[in-house]
Amino acid sequence: MKLPVYLGMVRSAESVLASSLRKIGDGHGSEPDVYFICHTLADQCEAHEQLLAPIVDRYGEQPDDEPERLHAAELDDTRSGPLGLLRDLQDLHLLTTFVDFTYTLVEQAAAALRDDELLDVVADCVGETSTQADWLRTRAKQAAPQALIAAE
Amino acid sequence: MVDRIADIWGTRTPYAREEQWPSRVDQKLSAELTDSDVDEWVQSACVLCSNGCACDIAVKDGEMVGVRGRETDAVNRGRLGPKGLFASWQGMRNRARLTQPLIRENGELVPTDWETAMSRIVGRSTELLDEVGPLSHGFYTSGQLFLEEYYALGVIGKAGLGTPHMDGNTRLCTATAAAAMKESFGSDGQPGCYEDIDCCDAVFLYGHNMAETQTVLWARVLDRLTGADRPALVCIDPRRTEVADHADVHLAVRPGTNLALMNALVRELFVNDWIDRDYIEEHTLGVEELRRAVDEWTPERAAEVCAVAAEDIRRAAQIFGTSQRVLSTVLQGFYQASQATAASCQVNNLHLLRGKLGTPGNGVLQMNGQPTAQNTRETGADGDLPGFRNWENPDHIAELAKLWDVDTDTIPHWAPPTHAMQIFRYAEQGSIKLLWVSATNPAVSMPEAERIRRILAESGLFLVVQDLYLTETARFADVVLPAAGWGEKQGTFTNVDRTVHLADKAVDPPGEARSDFEIFLDYATRMGLSTKSGRPLLDWETPEDAFEAWKECSRGRLCDYTGITYDRLRGGSGIPWPCNEEHPDGRRRLYEDGCFSTGFEECETFGHDLLTGATVGPLRYRSMDPAGRALLKTAEFTSAPEIPDESYPLRFTTGRTAYHFHTRTKTGRSSQLQGAAPSAWVEISEHDAQAFGIAEGDIVRVASRRGEIRVPARIGSVSDGTVFAPFHYGYWERQEAGETRPEDEPTAANELTLTEWDPVSKQPQFKNAAVRIQRIAAGSGPAPAPTTTASRPIRRTSMPPTVGGEDGQAEERFPTDTVKEDAL
Repeated sequence: MKLPVYLGMVRSAESVLASSLRKIGDGHGSEPDVYFICHTLADQCEAHEQLLAPIVDRYGEQPDDEPERLHAAELDDTRSGPLGLLRDLQDLHLLTTFVDFTYTLVEQAAAALRDDELLDVVADCVGETSTQADWLRTRAKQAAPQALIAAE
Repeated sequence: MVDRIADIWGTRTPYAREEQWPSRVDQKLSAELTDSDVDEWVQSACVLCSNGCACDIAVKDGEMVGVRGRETDAVNRGRLGPKGLFASWQGMRNRARLTQPLIRENGELVPTDWETAMSRIVGRSTELLDEVGPLSHGFYTSGQLFLEEYYALGVIGKAGLGTPHMDGNTRLCTATAAAAMKESFGSDGQPGCYEDIDCCDAVFLYGHNMAETQTVLWARVLDRLTGADRPALVCIDPRRTEVADHADVHLAVRPGTNLALMNALVRELFVNDWIDRDYIEEHTLGVEELRRAVDEWTPERAAEVCAVAAEDIRRAAQIFGTSQRVLSTVLQGFYQASQATAASCQVNNLHLLRGKLGTPGNGVLQMNGQPTAQNTRETGADGDLPGFRNWENPDHIAELAKLWDVDTDTIPHWAPPTHAMQIFRYAEQGSIKLLWVSATNPAVSMPEAERIRRILAESGLFLVVQDLYLTETARFADVVLPAAGWGEKQGTFTNVDRTVHLADKAVDPPGEARSDFEIFLDYATRMGLSTKSGRPLLDWETPEDAFEAWKECSRGRLCDYTGITYDRLRGGSGIPWPCNEEHPDGRRRLYEDGCFSTGFEECETFGHDLLTGATVGPLRYRSMDPAGRALLKTAEFTSAPEIPDESYPLRFTTGRTAYHFHTRTKTGRSSQLQGAAPSAWVEISEHDAQAFGIAEGDIVRVASRRGEIRVPARIGSVSDGTVFAPFHYGYWERQEAGETRPEDEPTAANELTLTEWDPVSKQPQFKNAAVRIQRIAAGSGPAPAPTTTASRPIRRTSMPPTVGGEDGQAEERFPTDTVKEDAL
């Protein structure tokens, strides 16, 4: 059974997203809403990891032996300025998409396994992941015209 | 005669439930004058809080010499508060008024003429439009102009220049009221009205020190409290305010924890089955999600987070859950705190769960902080589109484009209009290069004052300030425009409970000052702003022309003004909107049928996630299909952005005193009000005073991570661990006296506050910062804080009470008595 591969993927992606949110939030501390919301969302990701822990304990985690083409890599640096903010929000959005898609596949497996506990965990987490993506999109859309047209 | 400084609310006129609030006509004339000296009384309404008290201005020899409440008006039945009595006219009549335009030459502001000043603005404006486009322009207006002026500004920005960067200082005071109503009911628009006070069985005040912020409204509540069928009163406020003193339950919540308390109150309704299942089923969406969201918030859990007694939470919930008719009012204690929109939506939710909304006595008053804030919101001079239109709805944009005869593309609608805090951020980053500030004083009123001063002083920013006085903000300007104010110009405005009043012109403005309306029209003309068919965009001459144009813009919307005319506003009482063929005398309450403004084509917003502010968007909104049902929304509780720690162990919160408005631009020019609350102070609890070795009146340094203030301390009634400062005290007196850097001896509360805002309403969080306090010197007597308000000392020994003396005397007349006397 390969579900443990995906459980490992989603748990590590949540962890990567949490630390990336904190890094970007700190890096754009002069945008106070970005700073505070990034940290709130990072708290959510860490709570998701906690929710996943008993499931992972049950199924185990299994490394993927496939070659990595695309994986959730931690954002290790922040950019600066209005354009940099757009780019960083976009990178975060990519990470949330990765998490969201991974949950979608885990949810499919959970349904087929009739694993109600896992279905509940996914339901709890994926709604927040989707809102995280919505917020990143909302914030970046608002910032884009000024950053791309008027800012120096 | 009554000393209305000592007796803020005046003589009681008790009344019982469902009786009409008795009249009491308050009047103040300049010393030595009597009624017979007055040449003329000119109809108006007061602009020194959001209550909207109707009044007549006394005119003698072309000068405003006093004021009298209008007995016939439903809002105040003749009453006026101390600010209205003493500052409305004296605040205008001062030798420091600006009388001619100023421009900056070699770093100094020098007097000039209108032609030069306007040419300079138009020159820079045109240059920037050519080089960068409309995103280079920002407009930051007020909650104190008139409807016609805001509408003019809104049309200039949205249909003329096409900039999304327009907001009002309403962002600081009332944005959450609008946001909470939009999220719950689909649109801005106050469900309740003041008559709900007359017939309710319980009143809940959430972060609303009504006794000081809307003194005449509080007089109405006091008259109910002292009459037969006294309503129960519940107060949620970290200070022991006058409201708290009268309350059956006072929940002195720890700042930053409102949502936790609200979650517990909502949970109690569910747990005790104090809910109306039929109403919920038929008229709301989201009850299951709400039930789940509050599930963990037992009174005990909330009690721990909020530092109140669980038993008190239960008692408050029981009053809400079992009163037949219940009224809620909400203000800055919720709006300027963390999770503002979510906490305010929970107030709406309490009413929706019980089905207690829109019927007599069952009301929500999501209050405004300023007299004309409602109009800033309606007309599109702030972060909204005119007529409560939805920027995400292409049909709404098309309506506006047709109305204004401009291309739909001209109207910015790719994102919500930019909120004030973001406008200042863009100015800080240099991408907004022209900022036009009208009738507001951000140098004192915005959070993190040092940062705001730095932004206003940016050399790359072309700053236009139009105001009555050379405010702290105006001193940074490149061009200062002298504005005519209240009593010197004509216009309408709308108060908290949607009542529209006309304010007529009583006297000429001083010197060359011009109304904001004339200034905006002049700019539009000089810029050649025009419609598609080549007509002037603002094809108006008088405020009444603009009012008629606005009526068309409001037609068919919730804020429908089409049944109102200037003539109809003269004489009797103000008229509430919507006023149209269906409601010829205006509609007193909204949503009495449980049908809300949430229909897809009607709604002002598709809503947001209340935790983050993420937009819901048209697709998901359509699939939810609220179709007239209210939305039960909340968010998960999170702790405030800055909480006390070892370095900054106390919580800081700010607010008003009864005697002043905003940055005292007007109230500071009234000897009565200025005498009552002459200079800045902070309030601390007795416990904290002992812990930090501070005695009454000692000079203390209160510091946050942003800055510090040095002011006398009042040992007062705030909760332990909390420091309160009034936000009125900037630096203009010392600047007028010639000091060049008065902020080196800081007194403004906003030196300490932090830059952060609610994710949905974008209202800054003035009510939560971490600070430390230290005694730096002995004082010369008690702190200069009034003894008549929430700032009263905890020990009332040997302190002179706040009185107004001869100057503070105002007349009170009781019309029924007058009749009797006449009969004799």
